[in-house]
Amino acid sequence: MDVRPILSSLLRHKTTALLLVLEIALTCAIVCNAVFMISQRLQRMQMTGGIAETELVEVQSASIGALPDAKARTAADLEALRRIPGVKAVTLATQLPFTNSSWNTGIMLDPTQKESTLNATTYFGENLVGVLGAQLVAGRDFNADEYTDLGDAQKDPSKASKVVIVTSALAERLWPGQNPLGKTIWMGKDSPQQVVGVVKALIRPSLSNGDNTAQWTLVIPMRASLDNASDYVLRTTPEQRDAVIKAAAATLHKIDPHRVILDKKSMSQLREEFFHNDRAMAGLLVGVIAVLLVVTAFGIVGLASFWVAQRHRQIGVRRALGATRRNILHYFQTENFLLASIGIAIGMAFAYGINLLLMRYYELPRLPALYFPVGALSLWLLGQLAVLGPALRAAAVPPVEATRAA
Amino acid sequence: MIATSGYYLKLGLRSLRRNPALTALMVMAIGFGVAASMITYSVFRAVSGNPIPDKSSQLFTPQLDSWGPQQNLPRNEPPEALGYVDAMALLHAPAAKRQTMLYPVQLTAMPDGKRELPLNANGYAVGSDFFAMFEVPFRYGSSWSAQDDDQRAADIVISDELNQKLFAGADSTGRTVNLGGHDYRVVGVLSHWNPQPRFYDLFSTSGFAEQTDFYMLFTRALDLHIYINGRNTCRGQLSYTNWTDYTQSSCVWITPWVELDSAAEVESYRRFLTNYAANQQHAGRFNWAPNIRLRDVMEWMDYEQVVSPESRISLVVALGFFLICLVNTVGLLLAKFMRRAGEIGVRRALGATRGEIYAQYLIEAGAVGLAGGLLGLLLTALGVSSVDILFKPEIARLAHLDFSLVSLTLLVAIAATVLAAFYPAWRAAHVQPAWQLKSS
Repeated sequence: MDVRPILSSLLRHKTTALLLVLEIALTCAIVCNAVFMISQRLQRMQMTGGIAETELVEVQSASIGALPDAKARTAADLEALRRIPGVKAVTLATQLPFTNSSWNTGIMLDPTQKESTLNATTYFGENLVGVLGAQLVAGRDFNADEYTDLGDAQKDPSKASKVVIVTSALAERLWPGQNPLGKTIWMGKDSPQQVVGVVKALIRPSLSNGDNTAQWTLVIPMRASLDNASDYVLRTTPEQRDAVIKAAAATLHKIDPHRVILDKKSMSQLREEFFHNDRAMAGLLVGVIAVLLVVTAFGIVGLASFWVAQRHRQIGVRRALGATRRNILHYFQTENFLLASIGIAIGMAFAYGINLLLMRYYELPRLPALYFPVGALSLWLLGQLAVLGPALRAAAVPPVEATRAA
Repeated sequence: MIATSGYYLKLGLRSLRRNPALTALMVMAIGFGVAASMITYSVFRAVSGNPIPDKSSQLFTPQLDSWGPQQNLPRNEPPEALGYVDAMALLHAPAAKRQTMLYPVQLTAMPDGKRELPLNANGYAVGSDFFAMFEVPFRYGSSWSAQDDDQRAADIVISDELNQKLFAGADSTGRTVNLGGHDYRVVGVLSHWNPQPRFYDLFSTSGFAEQTDFYMLFTRALDLHIYINGRNTCRGQLSYTNWTDYTQSSCVWITPWVELDSAAEVESYRRFLTNYAANQQHAGRFNWAPNIRLRDVMEWMDYEQVVSPESRISLVVALGFFLICLVNTVGLLLAKFMRRAGEIGVRRALGATRGEIYAQYLIEAGAVGLAGGLLGLLLTALGVSSVDILFKPEIARLAHLDFSLVSLTLLVAIAATVLAAFYPAWRAAHVQPAWQLKSS
C-alpha cells in the first residue's frame, strides 16, 4: 500500500497525529520500564533460601527475668516439642532466615589482617543444618562432639567452636576456584575456624547488606539456650504445619505459663512477609500497566473514530472511484501502524532515558535489549486492535456518501 | 457573565450527553489518572510528613565517627548511632539546653494476679528531657526529674494503652508495675502519642511502629544491663562478650538527640562535637580526623530514607500515568470540539466573540473534569481503603481519605482537564465562520 497519501493526510492533522504519537510513546516508555521492574521484583521474591521452606515452622518465645537454669529449660522444651506428632526435628536457633534479624561477624583469612575481608551472617543452633534442611554439597555436617554451648563461649572465649560450615557462594567469594574444605577463617585474632562442610545455599536473615551478599553465611556448631536465643524451629510435613504450630505454642505455654509467645509462623509465611514490599510494588505496577493499556487503547479508538467521522465524505468518494472495502480498511490500519511506529521509536528513547534515571537513583540494572522488540510488538498489536473497530466502520461507508453533502 | 457561565455549563452538560461514548472515555481517563495519583500520593504524604512541625528545625541528632574511614558507611558517613562510650561522654557534657539518649527495650509485664498471661511490652530507655523535647502529652502525672536521672530512679511513664490494660484506665500514678522481674513506680500516664514517622528512632525502626508501651530511665536500663531490642550494628570481629565488653565494643545502638534553639547554639554544639572528636583523636582512641554530622529532624528522615524507594517510584509511575491520561484527554477534547466546527461557525457568524467560544468550551471541559474528579474520588476512596493489599499494614493505616485529599482530588481533576482543554478550545475559537458556513 502506498503510504504517501496517508502521510500527506496526517500532515494536515498534525496536532491530532502528534497527540496520538505522544500517547503511544509515553505508554511505551512506562510499560517497558514497569514490566522490567515487575520482573526484577518477581525474580527477587524467588531468591533461593536453601532450606526446606515448606516443611518448617517457627515459634518464638520469651521468658521473664533472668534464667539461671536456661540450659535445662531449653532441653526440657526441646524434648517436649520433639514429642509433638508430626515433628521430625526441632532446635533452638539465635536467628532464622527471612526474619530481618542480623547477627553477623567480620571474617579474616589471615589473623594479622587489620580489616576483615567481609561481613557474614552467623547461624547458631544444634543440628541447624539438618533441621533447616540445608543441602550439604561437600564435606560433612558437624559431629556431636564438636558442639559447645554458646552461653559458655560468651563467658569464656576458649570454649568457642573450632569448625565451621560455609555456603558455596561464600566459599567461592573467599577462595575462588579452590576447594574450601580444610581452609581456615578467623573471626578474631585468636579464633581460627576450619571449614568442614559446604552447603549449597543458606540465605541470611536480613538483606540489608545488599542482595549480592545474600548467601554470605556461616553455620557455627554451638548450642543456643533460652538466655541467648528465642527461635524454636520445627521440621514437619507441609500438611501438618498449622497443627504443629498450634501444638508447639500450647506445649511451650504448658511448660512455662509465664512465657510470652512472641511469634509463631511457618517459614513460607515468613518469606511472604519478608518480600512484602516487592510483591506490593509488582502488584501496583501490574495494575498501572493494565489500566494504562486500556486508557491508551480507548484513546486510539476515540481519535480514530473522530477521523473516520470527519472523512466520511472522502471515504465515500474513494469508494465511488473504485476503492474496495479492503482498501479503506487497510488505509486506516496502515495509518495507525505508521503513527504507532513513530510513537514506539520515540517511546524507546524515553524508556531508555527513564531506565538511565532509575539506574542512577534506584540502583536498577540496565533494561535488557529484549524489552524493546517485545514492547514494540505489543504496542503495535494494541494499536491494531484498537483501530480495528473504527476502520471497519470506515470500510462500511457506502459509495453513495460521495454524493451527499458533508 | 455569571448568567452566561450558567448557560455554558448547561450547554456543556448537554454536549456531554450528546456523545456519551467519547465523554465516558474522557471521564474514565481523568478518573483513573487522578485516582492512581491520589492513592499513591496519600501514602507518600503519610510517610513524608513532618511529624513535629513546630520543632523539627530545633531537634538534632549528633553523629560521631567512631569506626573510622575503613569501616564507615558509604561516602564516609559516620555510624547512625552512638556506642556506649561516646553516648556517656555526650550525656555528661552539658553542651545543649536539653538532650536525651535513647534505645528501644522490650520487657515482659507481669500480671497482677487477675490476668492469666504475662504480656510483652515495648518501651524506650530515655532521659527526663525526652518528654519536653518531643512534646509528649501527659494525661496523668508528669515526667521524672533530672535528679531522678542521676539517682537512677525506678520510675516509669506508661502509655494510655498499657494503662488501660494494667489499670483499666484509672489514674495510676504512684502505683507499681512489674516489668522484666523488677518493680517500677508509675510517675506519668501519656495521652495517645505515636508520631509517624517515628523520627526519634529511625535507627531501629523504619519509622512506623505501634505505640510505645512505656518509657523508663536510660540510666536505670543501663544499670540493669538491659540489652537493646532493636538494631545493633558492630564493626570488627564477633566476640562472645558480657555487658562490660559490649559497652566497650565498636557496637552502636544508642540514638542521641539534642535541642538547639538558635543558629548560634547549633554552631557551638557543632564545635563541641568537633572538639570531642579531636580530643578522642589526641587520646589515641580515634585514628582519624573528626568526622561529625548534626542533622535536624527533616534532614535525618531524608538521610534515613523514611520515604521508601517503593513509595517514591509508585508516585512517579502514577504521575506518568496521569500525564498519559491528560494527553489522551487533549486528543479526545480536540476530536469532540472540532466535530462541532459547523455549530461554532454559526455561533461566530451570529456575533459570538472568540472569548465567548473560548469560555464555553473551557467550561465544558471543566464539567468533564468535575465528572472525572467524582469518578476519581470514588476510585480513590476504594483504593485508599485497600492500600493494605499493597503496602505494609503499619504504613497502609496512615493513608486515609480526609477533607484535604477529597478537595485535592477534585481540584486536580478539574484543573488538569481545563488545562488540557486550552489548546482544543483555542482551536475551536479560531474556527473560520465563513469556511464552516460555506461547506455546510
